[in-house]
Formats: sequence, structure tokens, C-alpha cells
Amino acid sequence: MSPGSRNKSFFAAGERLAAKKPGLRFRAEILQAIRSFFIETGYLEIETPLLIPAPAPELYIDAIHAGNSFLHTSPELCMKRLLASGYEKIFQICKCFRDGERGAAHLPEFTILEWYRAMADYQSLMNECEEMMFHLSQKLALGHRISYGGREIDLLPPWSRLTVNDAFSRYADIPLDAALAAGSFDEAMVTQIEPHLGAPKPAFLCDYPSSLASLARRKRNEPQSAERFELYVGGLELANGFSELIDVVEQKRRFEEEREKRDRLGKKNYPSPDRFLEAMPYMPESAGIALGVDRLVMVLTDQGSIDSVVAFTPEEL
Amino acid sequence: MYTASNLRKGIKLLLDKEPYVVIDFQFTKPGKGQALYRCKMRNMISGIMIDRTYRSVDTFEPADLEQRRMQYLYNQEGHFHFMDLQTFDQVSLGEEQVSDAKNYLIDNLEVDVLLFDGRPIGITLPNFVDLRVIQADPWAKGDSVAGDSKPVTLETGYILRVPPFVEEGIKITVDTRTGEYVTRVKE
Repeated sequence: MSPGSRNKSFFAAGERLAAKKPGLRFRAEILQAIRSFFIETGYLEIETPLLIPAPAPELYIDAIHAGNSFLHTSPELCMKRLLASGYEKIFQICKCFRDGERGAAHLPEFTILEWYRAMADYQSLMNECEEMMFHLSQKLALGHRISYGGREIDLLPPWSRLTVNDAFSRYADIPLDAALAAGSFDEAMVTQIEPHLGAPKPAFLCDYPSSLASLARRKRNEPQSAERFELYVGGLELANGFSELIDVVEQKRRFEEEREKRDRLGKKNYPSPDRFLEAMPYMPESAGIALGVDRLVMVLTDQGSIDSVVAFTPEEL
Repeated sequence: MYTASNLRKGIKLLLDKEPYVVIDFQFTKPGKGQALYRCKMRNMISGIMIDRTYRSVDTFEPADLEQRRMQYLYNQEGHFHFMDLQTFDQVSLGEEQVSDAKNYLIDNLEVDVLLFDGRPIGITLPNFVDLRVIQADPWAKGDSVAGDSKPVTLETGYILRVPPFVEEGIKITVDTRTGEYVTRVKE
């Protein structure tokens, strides 16, 4: 490479970064508005370690090794230990790491907003999502009607709520049970269902099959479904929340199932998160949610690619 | 052998024994679900576009494709004949495989012939080709407003629009990617 071409690539990268400045400034305002919402509603901001010895086993989420430990894939287990010790309303904004995830809405290192609340269930979390997004739109002077990906979206609560079962009968060419049996749940979700969700109002997709919710509580009157939901805005998945499973025997059994499934796919397993399991009997009835902050910024700034809402992509380092 | 995580734009692979090139590629992963790789692909023989969704456990055979520099010889009854200048091997392609490239095929032109399992399936032209104008209306002075153009016929039979000053008998350079006039050639 000649010195000249090196300069040229430096200037091109420098210009790209400079052009991102207004967007990154707005991202910072969004982060501040998120903090103000949680602080004003009585939440405590906490920080838990990014480097952990034992991530939760989940079939399709792969942790990145760092020395003898792992970079966390979410702060879930540590935050639940805090819940078990009497922290009743906590939130965290942190980086999470997931191996091999890279696409228009995926970065292997991304920012999560996660919050937990004692004496709450997934219904109350959905209400809180509505309140938070509405708060953001007011605080940032966006108004409650935003435009994302060429669609108008009205953030004014209440938003639409539909069950996974209803979404399959409405949008997919295969019923939910058949999709689960055939192993084509994810394909139907991505190609047939997701594009319809979250416009003209954000949508909560609720009541996932229990087999797809290893840390969520089952519905009391309907044990084949779990009290888990995903939030969609304009076809983009923004958050995943659930009523927390607090039965340690069932949790151990589900972790074991996940480990067996990972084994069958030839994926590595992690050490057992024993300290989390020891704390679990002390967890109150509670609910928790993880929201992708980069994607929230995409929605609020009408960007189609996650690359445009972060200063650096992995490829630019 | 490729796995789904190798998929990206431009990669060429074998499906049902035919070569495909990935035109568009999207990584998706529904909440807590598995990674899905959504591809738009073009069949390199028929040109037909297809959509496919793959999982990370799926594997693919790379397509056995080879590009060889060859010289265009002649066209006989819709068959375009080419010769490898190193080995003197000759191959021929049908009209539908050559498609619009026939507008630029003049004797001795060197092109890249794409071979799949040793069979020719397509050609890549040089970006610019010089061709002689065999028919052009004379340039009437006075109607020379900037932006004016007129149709001319080239030695291959290709008809395109050129600036009014281009005369019969001269050579012009044509961009084979756009099919448009570039400049006059000094001879």
C-alpha cells in the first residue's frame, strides 16, 4: 500500500465518523432520556460484571470466550441474584456479546437495556414499555407519531397485543403446532410473521411456547405457553421480556434440556451457573426485560442498519 | 465445503447440480431463535432468481467454475465460437447464453469465458470495446443543439444513440456495461 492510498483511506474513515456526529449526539440524548425515565420511576441503576464464569445455557446464544471466563450474553443472572437479595426495581445499560451475530440488525457487541421488577408480571412490563417509549418520544420532542422504514408508527398507548398462536393463524401458512413439530418456527417467524408486526402501532407478541422460553414462568392455566413476550416496532424486534421462573427445580431441568440440545448440535457447553441457582429460591415473584438499545436508536432515528447508530462496526476497527 | 456462515454476496455454490451466485444476503435471528441466512440467488445457467433461507448447520458445495481467456472466432447459425489462445481448445455458446453480449462480438475480441464443469455457460466482455459505425445519417449543421443525439448502426448490427458529429465509417468506443457511447476512436 502506498502512503497516498493509506492517507486516502484514513480520510474516508475520518469523514464517515464525522458524518455520524449528529446521530451519535442524538443517541446520547436517547440514553439520557432512558435513564431519566427509570430514575424518575424509582429504579436503581446498577452495574454487573461483563466477564462471568458461567453464562446461562441457551440453545442459540453463543458466548465469547475471554481467558478462562466468558463475556456475558446478557446481565440476566447477576441481576436476578440482586432481585433475590431484596433489590426490587433495578435497571442496567451495558454492552453484551454474542458470537457470530452480524447483520443489518445484529452486532456481536451491542448495547442492552435490561430491567427487573419485584412483584410484577409480564403484563405490567408491557405497560411499562409503553410508558417508557411514550416518555422518550415526549422528552426528545419527537411527538408520538414516528416514521420507521417508510411506515408511520403511533407510539400512543395502548399498543397491540397478540399471542404467538394467533400470529401464526393470521400470518403464517402453517399452524403453530405444526411449525414446532417440523422445526420451522423460526423460518415462519422471520419470513411470514415479523414483517407484519409493529405498525401502525408497536406490537407485543405474547405467550411463547414453553419450550422456547427456558427462563420464563409457564402460564398458570395454560402450561404449554410461557409468560414471555417480544416487542416489535415496524417489523423490528426490540425487546424480550417475561415473568421470571422462580422454581429452582424446574430451572435446573430446563438448563439441562438446553445443555442436551446444545450437545446434539455440537455446541460447547458452559459450567453450570451454580451461584445463580443457589440464589433462585429467594427470588420474589418478578418480571424482567432486555431491550436492544441500538435497535431502539434505529427506530427513533429511522435508520435501516445498525451500522449507522454506532460509532464503529467490528469491520471498521 | 461451505457452511451457512460463509455465505455472502458474490459467493458461488452448487444447488441441485447447478451453479448459483448469491445476489443478496441477509442475516436474521428471531428472538432467542436460531440464526437464519436469507439469500437471493441467481442460477448462472438459466438466469432465474430464487429465494432461499438457510440455517447455520446447512452446508454447500462450492460450484466448480473456471474463467478462461478466449478469442471470439465466428458465429455460425446462432452458435458463437471461441478459442483458448493457449491450448487452442474451441468452445461454442448459444444465442441465449451470449445474450446482449452479441452486440459487441467482433472477430478476434478477447473475452472471459465462464466454464462450469468444463462446459461454457457465459462470457464476460471487456468494459470497453471499439466498434465501427457502418450506417449513420449525415450531420446537418444547424440542428446541433447540445444534448442532441442520433441513432447509428455498428458493424455488429447494434443500434445506439450517439452525438450528431459521429460519422459513418469511423470507430467509436462503447461501454459494454451500459451499452452507451463513450468516445470517438482516433485511427
